[in-house]
Amino acid sequence: MSTFDAPGVPVPAVVVDANAARRTEIISSLIAVGLALAVGAVLILAWGANPLIAYGALVDGAFGSWNSLAETLLRSIPLTFTGLAIAIAFRAGAFNLGAEGQLFLAATASAVVGLMLPDLPGVLLIPTMIITAMVVGALWSLLAGVLKLRFGANELITTIMLNYIAIFLVSYLLRGPIQEAAGFLPQTERLAANARFPALIEGTRLHAGVLIALLAVGLTHFALWHTTWGFRLRVVGLNARAALNAGFNVTAITLSAFLLSGALAGMAGYMEVVGVQRRMIENLSPGFGYTGIIVALLGRTNPFGVLAAAILFAGLQVGGSTMQAASGVPSTLTTIVQALVVLFVIGRGAFDQLFAQRKGS
Amino acid sequence: MQASSNSEPTPLSLSGVTVRFGNFVANDAVDFSVGRGEIHALLGENGAGKTTLMRVVAGLLVPQSGTIHINGQRADLRSPLDAAALGVGMVHQHFMLIPTLTVAQNVCIGMRRAGRFFPDLKAVARELDAIGERYGLRVDPNALVGDLTVASQQRVEIVKALYRGARILVLDEPTAVLAPQEVAGFFRVLRTLAEAGTAIVFISHKLDEVMSLSHRVSVLRHGQLVASKPTAQTNPAELARLMIGQDLTLPQADGSARPGGMAIEVRAIGYRDERDVARLSDVSLAAHRGEIVGIAGVDGNGQQELAEVLAGLLAPRSGQVLMASPGGPVDVTGMGPGGRISLGLSHIPEDRQRTALVDLSIAENAVLETIDRRPLSHHGMISKSAIRQFADQLIARNDVRCTGPEQRIMTLSGGNQQKVVLGRALGRDPSVIVAVQPTRGLDIGATAFVHQQLLAQRARGAAIVLVSTELDEVLALSDRIVVMFAGRVIGTLSRAEVTLERLGAMMTGQAA
Repeated sequence: MSTFDAPGVPVPAVVVDANAARRTEIISSLIAVGLALAVGAVLILAWGANPLIAYGALVDGAFGSWNSLAETLLRSIPLTFTGLAIAIAFRAGAFNLGAEGQLFLAATASAVVGLMLPDLPGVLLIPTMIITAMVVGALWSLLAGVLKLRFGANELITTIMLNYIAIFLVSYLLRGPIQEAAGFLPQTERLAANARFPALIEGTRLHAGVLIALLAVGLTHFALWHTTWGFRLRVVGLNARAALNAGFNVTAITLSAFLLSGALAGMAGYMEVVGVQRRMIENLSPGFGYTGIIVALLGRTNPFGVLAAAILFAGLQVGGSTMQAASGVPSTLTTIVQALVVLFVIGRGAFDQLFAQRKGS
Repeated sequence: MQASSNSEPTPLSLSGVTVRFGNFVANDAVDFSVGRGEIHALLGENGAGKTTLMRVVAGLLVPQSGTIHINGQRADLRSPLDAAALGVGMVHQHFMLIPTLTVAQNVCIGMRRAGRFFPDLKAVARELDAIGERYGLRVDPNALVGDLTVASQQRVEIVKALYRGARILVLDEPTAVLAPQEVAGFFRVLRTLAEAGTAIVFISHKLDEVMSLSHRVSVLRHGQLVASKPTAQTNPAELARLMIGQDLTLPQADGSARPGGMAIEVRAIGYRDERDVARLSDVSLAAHRGEIVGIAGVDGNGQQELAEVLAGLLAPRSGQVLMASPGGPVDVTGMGPGGRISLGLSHIPEDRQRTALVDLSIAENAVLETIDRRPLSHHGMISKSAIRQFADQLIARNDVRCTGPEQRIMTLSGGNQQKVVLGRALGRDPSVIVAVQPTRGLDIGATAFVHQQLLAQRARGAAIVLVSTELDEVLALSDRIVVMFAGRVIGTLSRAEVTLERLGAMMTGQAA
């Protein structure tokens, strides 16, 4: 490589061109998914079922009809937002494992605002609720950012601990101050119809929020690669010392990443409240904030990659029950496949190297 | 001195060892040996090839050519295990200890002798006590390594090597992690070990330590062995000259410098590192428009810290930094690099991979400091075409050898990376340039290019602070030479006053 690197460090096979690097990334992500499915197939065989039939049912259940496709896309909305949230933080060199807590607090706040303003027309109510969700998510995330920059507290730990605080706080609120008048379940009243999105496919639950998710993907991509802010954010994530030496305000850039990350996680909560539950409930998220970590990694922290990974994981989750019905393979197998994807994604560095070596030789 | 007797084979002997990384020769046909009971110092600047040579001895690197003999037997070291089996123990700069385990556990990890699955820690502790008794190297076997001081951890590393049967001990800059008051005790241990017959290789670039401790000293420069002689037959000034080169081309004192007003100045700067060791004490100096101030000294005498204080990366504990501005001198002590860049400062840092470059394309690195300016961006929106055009120009002007602006910068050779750094730093017509080791690791052609660029900036009226441990470079370029020793400015010489003897004396701490 260079004449200057530290002696003794083995020289890795390098991909020179940025486009070639992106191709390698996509291929190795696909390999990770493929291997996870292959190991899953072995497990299905061990269970005594036919993997082709089981996977066929899985795909059918996820994408086979308008309704199943709608359900998959509906499920991909929160995953896209949490995936984007975590990807932005990763790009800035920070780990936001607190998307779950940000999601819960933001969802609660936007539901409360929505219930307080039931007579506002949709064109005003929807933006008000969105802004509320984004601000609350951003502030909760900012807390971890400030703790990191001011006191050097590791955000890996603080973001996770803040999740517990947020989720238990929400549980308390749903059992007390903001509980529905009937007072049976830990949930709020139902939101008025003008807070909802119009349905996108008639007869399904898919709503126009999916368009907002797509817009968020496009905007995040634009911000990262076409603005000076995104440029600086990526530089800080790759080499904070060089960023400082180049005169960047590293603190402000890092905080802005935490803010945007929290705002995006907040959007995931808002979408579930408005588009699925129509109210705030205690078990709003089955771990979207955590699955978002895998989505961000599998998508290589690239917004469009995140979108693809979110749809894949949504499909696995939605198609699982169809698979169980058709082949008897328990739907928890899809959880195993998701976990395997994580393992192969983590070990993906090895694929990159194998790939580069084969090219090099 | 414990010279090796003729009847016994030499514990370690290398001949003609050559190690190449790409086209960079880290060790060029080096001969080196250490006798029984001998402390052999291996001296050289950073990057001279000391660590590379010792990695060969430790089995971490296989040389392209050359032979290694251990106790007279030809040794083919393919892995650290091979080296350890033959009695080579290495103490790295970064300790190889597990902080959550005890001393005894650390020492016997992976050793079958201590018990395959459940080590007999009591037996290990007894052996450690015996070793401690013999060499004056007491360690508490039951202490957690993480609770120990750095100095104690270093003792554990040595005890670990001895426990594993090391008869040849290689210590890579061992005093770098020690406070000054800990060094004396550490040296006592090494002397005791040598008296007991251990062959010791002591890697350092600190002349006083080498003089006081070693029996023999070898000097590496640019990967070549330039001298090897008994310590008693040399002196610090000679060693300094050997380390930094004596192929002296006397400066052509052209007297063309007509320095203008002050461009950057530090007043009574003091800095202590995180271990509270003073790195800079009462340093004052100024650079004026149109002059090159060379900062000379043996590596590690405060030059790097001074450069970082000038660049705004390091906040001094005391003192002031001033820069010229259109409205007169301003105090920039509390200002980060950003503010100083807008006042016209350019920094060419020593460690370009860590401080100057980002693992992105050449184009993105080229615009790192100027992305805010038009036409590169407009209202926060990046113009890819303008960036590409800017990078194309930088590549053409500085003759960067690459496939195009989209090539990732880390795939360029060091010389071409430096051309990008230089082109970026000098392309904005800076008023102050802080250049640290700007030619380290570069070949002759690239070095000449860098020198020519710096001289052109001087002619343009920039003030340049040039920090270099290459004496030739400082002499060839500087209008004034400031010599640093132990964190202080020990003296300033004009071009006319420079002699090799005076410089050598000042670099070893003797005031001119």
